[in-house]
Amino acid sequence: MTETIKFSTDSDGIATLTIDLPDRSMNVVDQAFLRDLSDLIGKIKENDSIKGAIITSGKKAFVAGADLRMLSSLLAEQNGPSAEDVFEACNGYSALLREMETCGKPFVAAVNGLALGGGFELVLACHHRILADEKSLKLGLPEVMVGLLPGAGGMQRLLRLAGLQVTLQYASTGKNLKASEALGLNIVQEVLPLDKILEAAKAWLMDKPTAVQPWDKKGFKIPGGAGAMHPNSVMTMVGANAMAQDKSFHNYPAVEAILSSIYEGGMLPFDTAIRLDSKRFAKLLMSDQTQNMIRTLFINKQAADKLQKRPKNPEKHMVKRLGVLGAGMMGAGIAYVSARAGMEVVLLDMSEEQALKGKAYSESLVAKGLKRRKITEEKGEALLDLIRPTADFDDLKDVDLIIEAVFEDRKIKADITAKTEALMPEATIFASNTSTLPITGLAEASKRPDQFIGIHFFSPVEKMPLVEIILGKKTGETALAIALDYVQQIGKTPIIVNDSRGFYTSRCFGTYVTEGLAMLAEGINPAMIENAGKMVGMPVGPLAVGDEVSIELSYKIMQQTKKDMGKDYPDHPADAVIEKLVAGLGRLGRKNGKGAYEYPEDGKKFLWPGLADHFPPANDQPDIDEVKARLLYRQAVECARCYEEGVLNDPESGDVGAIFGWGFAPWSGGPLSFIDTIGAENFVQEADRLSQAYGDRFAPPQILRDMAANGDCFYAASNE
Amino acid sequence: MTEAFIYDAIRTPRGRGKKDGSLHEITPIQLATQALEAIRDRNDLDTSLVEDVILGCVAPVGEQGSCIARVAALNADYDESVPGVQINRFCASGLEAVNMAAAKVMSGQSEMAIGGGVESMSRVPMGSDGGAMHSDPAVAFKTYFVPQGISADLIASKWGYSREDVDAYAIESQKRASESWKDGRFKKSIIPVKDVLGLTVLDHDENIRPETDMQSLGSLKPSFADMGNNFGFNSVAMQKYPEIEKINHVHHAGNSSAIVDGAAAVLIGNAEIGKKTGLKPRARIRGFASIGSEPTIMLTGPSFAAEKALEKTGMAKSDIDLWELNEAFAAVVLRFMEALDLDDKDMNVNGGAIAMGHPLGATGAMILGTALDELERSGKETALVALCIGAGMGTATIIERV
Repeated sequence: MTETIKFSTDSDGIATLTIDLPDRSMNVVDQAFLRDLSDLIGKIKENDSIKGAIITSGKKAFVAGADLRMLSSLLAEQNGPSAEDVFEACNGYSALLREMETCGKPFVAAVNGLALGGGFELVLACHHRILADEKSLKLGLPEVMVGLLPGAGGMQRLLRLAGLQVTLQYASTGKNLKASEALGLNIVQEVLPLDKILEAAKAWLMDKPTAVQPWDKKGFKIPGGAGAMHPNSVMTMVGANAMAQDKSFHNYPAVEAILSSIYEGGMLPFDTAIRLDSKRFAKLLMSDQTQNMIRTLFINKQAADKLQKRPKNPEKHMVKRLGVLGAGMMGAGIAYVSARAGMEVVLLDMSEEQALKGKAYSESLVAKGLKRRKITEEKGEALLDLIRPTADFDDLKDVDLIIEAVFEDRKIKADITAKTEALMPEATIFASNTSTLPITGLAEASKRPDQFIGIHFFSPVEKMPLVEIILGKKTGETALAIALDYVQQIGKTPIIVNDSRGFYTSRCFGTYVTEGLAMLAEGINPAMIENAGKMVGMPVGPLAVGDEVSIELSYKIMQQTKKDMGKDYPDHPADAVIEKLVAGLGRLGRKNGKGAYEYPEDGKKFLWPGLADHFPPANDQPDIDEVKARLLYRQAVECARCYEEGVLNDPESGDVGAIFGWGFAPWSGGPLSFIDTIGAENFVQEADRLSQAYGDRFAPPQILRDMAANGDCFYAASNE
Repeated sequence: MTEAFIYDAIRTPRGRGKKDGSLHEITPIQLATQALEAIRDRNDLDTSLVEDVILGCVAPVGEQGSCIARVAALNADYDESVPGVQINRFCASGLEAVNMAAAKVMSGQSEMAIGGGVESMSRVPMGSDGGAMHSDPAVAFKTYFVPQGISADLIASKWGYSREDVDAYAIESQKRASESWKDGRFKKSIIPVKDVLGLTVLDHDENIRPETDMQSLGSLKPSFADMGNNFGFNSVAMQKYPEIEKINHVHHAGNSSAIVDGAAAVLIGNAEIGKKTGLKPRARIRGFASIGSEPTIMLTGPSFAAEKALEKTGMAKSDIDLWELNEAFAAVVLRFMEALDLDDKDMNVNGGAIAMGHPLGATGAMILGTALDELERSGKETALVALCIGAGMGTATIIERV
């Protein structure tokens, strides 16, 4: 009996393997599956009465990929395994698929749904490949996104089916293929309605099927050519190498490994090529970087999506009617994503006109979606019908969650809180979408502070994947549970943090921008500052992103903070730059077309040449590595402080929040993983050096010194 | 150390490196053969005295493969005792071949050798030999490989050479080349190339465009903008040179070296062999150097090579009367002049590869001969010849009239 694959044979000698992992919503390649597949391949090979086999899935999706937890534990279990051991373990699935395609019996993949990673590799190893014509069916090799490569021969088979360019593109980006695309690229032979695929699979097996892959036939040539002796493929490689570096900034060894495997594999016999892939896979798997990426980008991201940190009570709550206070940019975006998730939204502003303007944002997004055929007219209309713009507070009387997104002003927020609470139902949770103002303080305006919570969205709301949930001192568990349920409902990833000025994300993200501005003040070449930002793996340079969120906003926050903190306000070298740009020069950022950059109407933005007059370039420019270190360390130090101060409860939230919230270098697995990998002792040493050179803002918090002294790391305790 | 002398230097004219070029019907082995024949015949040379034929060739595959130097010596009816070796130092191969021949003489291991080069770019396209440098991901990533055009534009961006600057340089190159031809300054070293009937197919550099002006160059689109912007190369270059905000694409077909076919040969020997054969040395090779420098910007090596050659020979910049640097791209020469603080009037006085073309494997030997002819014509004493080279190298040779 095989527990993960249902096995049956029919009177024609056709075996059917239906993959259906117990207790899992998705099929994944795990130890049990490997064992079962191996057993069944042996059985099919040995049993003369079996002519051939169909592989399909008993779930909606086919196979979603390898069990990344299993891969990670591969290393942990073996307690410092040798390279040979890891290679052997990694090569297992590859060898099994190779055995399947060379065992002499024909295999057909009847792919009913999504097949990613190891699932797609299984499909590719079958002799005949049939896809269901389903919208949800995607094929892809997403391994690169967690720092791995497709290690079970998938790249070599794709290369031999679809050629060099296609393989480079899909393996190095992790981009998915639709069924029709796979057919067009010669990756599969048939695309049929879902209810026809098993029939077609059997028909193929009954009609002189071949059990030999094209690449195992004599005289096989890779379509379009490959390798160093083939002029076209040389040109393809030259371009692919540069384009991959352009996007990865030398931060992702997996990207280079994937390109190398494809390039070298195209010149090797099949068995040598897939063995080499397994070697590279093992090397990546053993690297800290890949372990960090798997932990944060996959395991902990998924745990956050599944609300692992949600209190048990109350029971899951689906928001039916949401009240959004303030129909500005944020409120309008929140209304859109909530209606998209099927909620009724009461979108309230001072006047109906303003509220309508907020709804117009959803209208424009729906129109865009229609144009790109991302949404049907029917669904678009239904979405828009769910949003009710209003200026009447009475309309809030039956909402089950309120999100306040009015101007960042304590007084205005307090007024509106009182006004709303007077009307909304007793049990309704009141959430503020403030990006900086401490929740505990805002909750003082509430009669029910246990029902008061922070739900911090990022802009643009419809694009940003993270939502930061902030607990005030008095926030209760029910409020937290409902806030988490809501975030899950709108399909975003929540992290939970405790109260602080700027909470976690705004506070740490802000250090990236201000460090960039501080360097500008020192006369460091702005082009170097910007390039360094991209080179450390941030999506854009600090000056560019400062312009995007608006320097004016930084100016306002700075003034509010100064007012709030009084003499405790820590001076920062960026303050003078912000002051000069905003108050002195009227350069507010992208919003008025003038910031650190110029924004010509008919061209690409470029750094404002006037920067050199106001922040004269220093004669001695630093090494790029120093600029990079400042940008990374400054953020990481702040994240560690958040951990020390209890703003963060756990490193997982810190890392997930950093990457999905403000785009902190994904290659690192997050700022706390970054510190762990460098080692607390080394980190403290470097932070001390930077602190001496540039100021206290780099000073490592005591917690890091303690960790350094004790040889601890953030993930030591929590790492299972 | 034994002194090495140049006894003679010849070259073929340069034919447009396209299917309609005059030398396209001539095989590369023929180009090399005719060069070797010419240098033998006009010096009445007993080829059994030649102890090696060293030829540069940058795409040594196909009909340029299999050690074209030895095969050309055999094909030119050199004594069969004469060995041959093909070398590749990219664009400086021809000069490196001469330097190696000179080194054999200087070290006392040979009395006489030929250095030179050949490249039929119309028949064996640039890049035909492939290479790990650009296609192997592990290497391309490690060395931040970008194509030379991107490097040239990077130089222009880093040192602020505008489109006007590089175009003006190109026009001057065309002007100098065409005036020099009119003046017959190249005549002495040009050997017309013959076809199978023995008729001359080309006796002059056919690529020169004397009518070139700012306006005609102005209409040319930058050659490397698309590749730089859309295929990631600008980003790769800027990751190595993060002080640059943007790559300014200024180079195009009109201010870069032209693709051409051609071959050259230089006869090197010690003093004794001159006496033995009755040949008269034309110049002394004072010294030479090849260096490596940062490979992404790639083309700034010549100034370092020149400095090293000067140091090796105990000479100063002021000791050099004439400077010859291969015009791979206009910015390369502008940077060289800026780095060494040179005067335009002493630099590439008869034009260069922007006008006449750059047959990769042969150019170094060709421009060495050009410099020698010019020293003799103008009565000057010393010249420094240099080339920029792929992967960040540079080669320079200093000669002195005797």
